[in-house]
Amino acid sequence: MYNFDFVKPSSVAEAVKALSDDEAQPLSGGQTLLPSMKQRLNAPGTLVSLTGIAELKGVKREGDTLVIGAATLHATVAKEAAAHYPALAELAGQIGDPAVRNRGTIGGSLANNDPSACYPAAVLASGATIVTSNREIAADDYFQGMFTTALEPGEIITAVRFPIPQKAAYAKFVQPASRFALTGAFVAQYADGVRVAITGASEGGVFRWSEGEAALSSNFSADALKGMSGEAEGMIGDLHGTPAYRAHLVGVMTRRAVSAAH
Amino acid sequence: MPKDGGIGASSKRREDIRFLTGRGNYTDDLSLHGQTYAVFCRSTVAHGRIVSIDTKATADMPGVLAIFTGEDFKDVGGNPAGWLINSRDGTPMREPKRPVLAHGKVRHVGDAYAAVIAETYAQAKDAAEQVAADTEIEELSPIVDMAKAVANADNRVHDEIPDNLCFDWGWIEDNRAAVDAAIKAAPHVTTLELINNRLVPNAMEPRASIGEYFPGTGDYKLTTTSQNPHLTRLLVSAFVMGIPENKLTVVAPDVGGGFGSKIYHYGEEALVLAAARKLARPVRWTAERSESFLSDAHGRDHVTKIELATDLEGNFLAIRTETLANVGAYLSNFSTATPTFLHGTLMAGPYKVPSVYVNVKAVFTNTAPVDAYRGAGRPEATYSLERVIDKMCRELNLNPFDVRRKNFITPDMFPYATPVGLNYDTGNHGATLDKAMQMANVAGFEARVADSAKRGKLRGMGLSTWVEACGLAPSHLAGVLGSRVGLYEAATVRVNATGNISVMTGAHSHGQGHETVFAQLVSERLGIPESSIEIVHGDTSKIPFGMGSYGSRSLSVGGSAIDRAVDKIVAKGKKIAAHMLEAAEDDIVFANGNFTVAGTDKAKSFGEIAFSAYVPHNYPLETLEPGLEETAFYDPGNFTYPAGAYLCEVEVDADTGRVEVAEFICADDFGNVVNPMIVEGQVHGGVGQGIGQALCENTTYDENGQLVSASYMDYAMPRADDVPFYNVDHSCQTPCTHNPLGVKGCGEAGAIGSPPAVVNAVIDALHRGGYSHVKHIDMPVTPSRVWAAMQAK
Ligand SMILES: Cc1cc2nc3c(=O)[nH]c(=O)nc-3n(C[C@H](O)[C@H](O)[C@H](O)COP(=O)(O)OP(=O)(O)OC[C@H]3O[C@@H](n4cnc5c(N)ncnc54)[C@H](O)[C@@H]3O)c2cc1C
Repeated sequence: MYNFDFVKPSSVAEAVKALSDDEAQPLSGGQTLLPSMKQRLNAPGTLVSLTGIAELKGVKREGDTLVIGAATLHATVAKEAAAHYPALAELAGQIGDPAVRNRGTIGGSLANNDPSACYPAAVLASGATIVTSNREIAADDYFQGMFTTALEPGEIITAVRFPIPQKAAYAKFVQPASRFALTGAFVAQYADGVRVAITGASEGGVFRWSEGEAALSSNFSADALKGMSGEAEGMIGDLHGTPAYRAHLVGVMTRRAVSAAH
Repeated sequence: MPKDGGIGASSKRREDIRFLTGRGNYTDDLSLHGQTYAVFCRSTVAHGRIVSIDTKATADMPGVLAIFTGEDFKDVGGNPAGWLINSRDGTPMREPKRPVLAHGKVRHVGDAYAAVIAETYAQAKDAAEQVAADTEIEELSPIVDMAKAVANADNRVHDEIPDNLCFDWGWIEDNRAAVDAAIKAAPHVTTLELINNRLVPNAMEPRASIGEYFPGTGDYKLTTTSQNPHLTRLLVSAFVMGIPENKLTVVAPDVGGGFGSKIYHYGEEALVLAAARKLARPVRWTAERSESFLSDAHGRDHVTKIELATDLEGNFLAIRTETLANVGAYLSNFSTATPTFLHGTLMAGPYKVPSVYVNVKAVFTNTAPVDAYRGAGRPEATYSLERVIDKMCRELNLNPFDVRRKNFITPDMFPYATPVGLNYDTGNHGATLDKAMQMANVAGFEARVADSAKRGKLRGMGLSTWVEACGLAPSHLAGVLGSRVGLYEAATVRVNATGNISVMTGAHSHGQGHETVFAQLVSERLGIPESSIEIVHGDTSKIPFGMGSYGSRSLSVGGSAIDRAVDKIVAKGKKIAAHMLEAAEDDIVFANGNFTVAGTDKAKSFGEIAFSAYVPHNYPLETLEPGLEETAFYDPGNFTYPAGAYLCEVEVDADTGRVEVAEFICADDFGNVVNPMIVEGQVHGGVGQGIGQALCENTTYDENGQLVSASYMDYAMPRADDVPFYNVDHSCQTPCTHNPLGVKGCGEAGAIGSPPAVVNAVIDALHRGGYSHVKHIDMPVTPSRVWAAMQAK
């Protein structure tokens, strides 16, 4: 790790100000950022901690929407979202291990947009809205490929607004080493249709599986997806799975999510 | 009633209290006045010529005290291989120099070519980064694949070694013609090509070393994570640095796991000593986890073709194997023994095979050195053999239980000389197989298959019956086989004046529980409570000598040395007692902690004898020295031969190819058992590692020689939920016939016997599930590989 300065503001406004410095970077749970700093792959001049900002934390129900503060821990979502959006709570409860879930945050996960991360699948499948320090971004516009998002430098996520679906589930096939998603499918059924988001599989990061959505929108059952799988072209190939395998898992995990949806 | 102490008791591991409460004393815990920090510059390319290393800018950086490169060590010795192997044509193996720091060339990613010593760790890190920036390395074409390495005479890991071939070994060369003929004439030959996957050892505690130099006396001290402190002292003294043995102390304090990787001497140890001498200050280094991945000696990495010749009833006629064994970029200390004498000699397994021939070509590549890892050579042999037997049973439609049983060496045949040079002293393979089948409820298997099917799972059962050779090693045999050291063990039993006991052992405990087990041994023999017996290990200044712990040798060899020293204590105690009791020495019997005149109630307690030995007022001083301390060296007469039958049941998820181990059953024969709980724990750990090898651990170098699986993000270690609740038993006991304890060793068994049981079970599940085209899947049997195999109809 290289040396760095550390500030811990207590409001979003102060944080944004601190981040106007080019060398500054937000620190949330640190579960991704700190390991990369330890390996000297990342060297921010100043870390701006978001964990002292009360307005960034908490799970709140607003009508048909669940609003989650960006600095809310995975463990908190696992517990407090359960009554409102059980599939989301279950997803949060499957991230990493207890230590990770009690440090890592939803905002950090979404800002990082790891192609194998879990939250992006829920956010995209829910058609959620990413609320930032200066605007609101629709999920469909937010994810722009592996580790790439619509966030501008210095912009911080403050909250995520999830429209609560009628039924939903997340089915995660774990990568055996990291236990991130080798392929994960999040399925959400709304009055106006079904959305399916796939994480872990594509070189382009999280994506909506439109063939799956079409089939499920007319018949929300695993049978509707019988024999279907994703397109191997553009899928990740690594020592844990070939593109063809991941494409196959797109079908399998989506079927499993549909069967589990509640 | 289970015993509550001594041999046979499940005494709680006394060392665990300090380990579990954070009071262990590991190398990195040591903090020394004036200490400095070493950081190594490691190659980021697999193969390259060092053009220049410019250290001028670094030398002026804050806190920098010294910078070392390969130039500084070019005139000192190299770290040698411990075994000299001769090729089939009689020529000795090619043995390149293994320098403290790479000189001229870097030969694998992680190869250290420079080191910086600074006042603080952060300063040393910064400085090492600067050295790396000021180093020019011309990249050479990397040699990664073994088959290509031996086929390409011009691209060389070591410029002086053509074909990248270390040796081409035949075992036993005299068997070759007979085996070829038998295979040609056989009614059936089953052929299997397989890979025994490379493993990264991943001890919980990374390697760490601290060098000290005392200018007043010229003494050196190395505190290091070693399984084998005396060997390290020997290598540093006699081979690498020329420090006289009596001027060097090597201490291996608490060590957090080794699995083989800490048997060997590494360059970092020599570097911290050289730097300590230069600076006259302590120099410390602790590996980062990434360094461990790149620079610890890895395990396994064989590519093998095995042929099994049988008649149509499955009686074995002959076995022939051809193996390419990766030794990596340099020869680590045991690297030449592992694929040869720990592998070829086991190729007959527990079976009466008329003839066997093993060929091993050891190949240099631009990868981390490969050496012994839990089981070392024997897992490779067992895997090849048990997989090919399984394949043969399918080809001939024979029952795998029956086939193994009818080929077993039966109890009446021991001692049994195998065609590959071992002499098994004892065993009862039918008994362990019976036991395992009974534990597994084999009769209920079909019902379990049906139950799994209801849940969309394919269930299969896999068997592995195995024998191994451990208790390393009879020195005379090892010498004939090429060992450059003796493989006895030493112990001192010191009875203190107040009657309690210190036992100094050359075996080293890095998690095994020696402090508990050795105390049980001595307690049983002397009738002294375990709590009054202290076990001292891991310090060359306190212990007479030792060859460390590996090869499941600690109890059978180290424990036997302790037992012999206790014999001497008892013999001397009898002399003292005879004098004090005014009886003839021959009339003194020692039992339950008392020296008694036979047939009388005249007795002296052990404590009274000890006291008298140190306060010799009433003592036969004319004929007997005072004091009560004895040393013994024990050299075993043979290897020991643990054996067992392992049964694994798996469920394969037909949709995803994911394998789950549903049951794992071990019926082991370890001979006599001193602490059943510890034995059970060793089997659990070994099987866990075997399941890890079979299903998870995927060491992958890409074609550029980059280690793709260089962190836990990609290297899958088995976790608690990857392994089942084991069902283990060691009630089948045929005690070892040649050591005084009748023990065989249990440390490696689990890792040796389990991988083929797992893979056989997966193949069985696929066959039962209608995927009979799948003949083999290489380890690790990952979901992706299983699914691909299922598709490849
Ligand atoms: C062992 C382990 C296992 C894991 N397993 C999983 C898993 O199974 N599934 C999964 O999805 N994830 C997993 N993770 C990742 C984990 O969920 C992280 O917590 C998450 O990816 C990052 O969140 P964080 O709060 O720790 O962010 P940090 O590490 O603090 O930050 C990550 C990045 O986001 C930026 N950032 C943080 N907060 C904001 C914000 N509010 N606005 C803008 N930028 C911001 C930071 O500057 C940084 O670039 C695992 C991590 C570990 C260490």
